[in-house]
Amino acid sequence: MCTTCGCSNMEGVIITDPASGAMRILTKAERDHMHAEGHPGHPHAHTAIYAPAHTHPHTHEAVVEAIPAALHGTTIALEQEILSKNRRIAERNRGWLSSRGVLALNLVSSPGSGKTSLLERTLRDLRGRVTMSVIEGDQETMNDAERIRATGCKAIQINTGKGCHLEAEIVGEALAALDAPADSVVMIENVGNLVCPALFDLGERAKIVILSVTEGDDKPLKYPHMFHASELMLINKMDLLPYVDFDVERCIANARQVNPNIQALRVSATTGAGMEDWYHWLQDLLHSSQMGRLVHSAV
Amino acid sequence: MHELSITRNVVAIVSEHAQQRKVLRVTLEVGELSAIMPEAIRFCFDICTQGTPLEGARLDIMQTPGSATCRDCGAEFALHDILARCVCGGTHLVRRGGDELNIKEMEVA
Ligand SMILES: [Zn+2]
Repeated sequence: MCTTCGCSNMEGVIITDPASGAMRILTKAERDHMHAEGHPGHPHAHTAIYAPAHTHPHTHEAVVEAIPAALHGTTIALEQEILSKNRRIAERNRGWLSSRGVLALNLVSSPGSGKTSLLERTLRDLRGRVTMSVIEGDQETMNDAERIRATGCKAIQINTGKGCHLEAEIVGEALAALDAPADSVVMIENVGNLVCPALFDLGERAKIVILSVTEGDDKPLKYPHMFHASELMLINKMDLLPYVDFDVERCIANARQVNPNIQALRVSATTGAGMEDWYHWLQDLLHSSQMGRLVHSAV
Repeated sequence: MHELSITRNVVAIVSEHAQQRKVLRVTLEVGELSAIMPEAIRFCFDICTQGTPLEGARLDIMQTPGSATCRDCGAEFALHDILARCVCGGTHLVRRGGDELNIKEMEVA
């Protein structure tokens, strides 16, 4: 588990559009207002630094529906999911994404897996084939968003400060700032950490875990929750396989022990080997989500 | 550390229900397969409750197992560990539960 972080009430989270330099630091008071209760369905303006400012109506669900509490003297039965708020906002993100036919993928890994390089190559190779934009989560720096932007792709940076994972609420804000076009793909690059992001649904279609051959083939057993939550494992840096002690077959077997349905692809973002398989996986999923939207709108 | 985030959610939800009353006890249900360490929650609880109606409250954590059905032999059993195998050696398990993260109840003065 990560011991360095002290996440995550979103206070101090920074959302930046590197293209314009527009930056917004979320304060506690602002977050509390944005999702305050008791005034459902009202229109309000977001403090928009992203031009143009927009006003739109939307509802705030009450955090507590009709207080499910039965009083027994001084004991109050709650039966409330601790992460219900995140889950509800994630569902709202998912609805917003699917209504636009946007496929969102949550990329997770430990630090140093080559996730950003893999994403850069993907954006370059698929240019003209798939429209993509990126939400870049990082604790402190803007470096990754700048690398993404160098590919010509739109990126929004979320700096979580001490936060060790992204949460649905902040991703919802970043999605609004990103304003991805219909039928496109949004790649959400989560904070490098194989523990905490497993627990937080962002509203994505799938989690993709990236593991490099320099890490150790037992990683799926050390971080089982993340591999259990992911649909696809990309084994990266395959070009380095001759130089490291890493058994690809054993790694896949370990991952399937915690998630029998996980798919696995061997890639190298450096040489490009295996990358076409990943692109096919991505495009198949994009087509199926578009089909889903067409069927949905035809009904 | 996601336990801190989890604990902050607990404090926020319980404080809201407490409506200014002092909270004496909070009972959580944490599934054994939930990737949450009860000890980390306890550690965070002391920090996160300071200056709130939960300060000094007792924290009870009930750990609940999941259950699994083995796809290979059909056996059903309680699942205490995400890496557990069936007695037949099967690893293709269909999991149910064990990932609960709930506030069961609270006691106010
Ligand atoms: Zn069995």
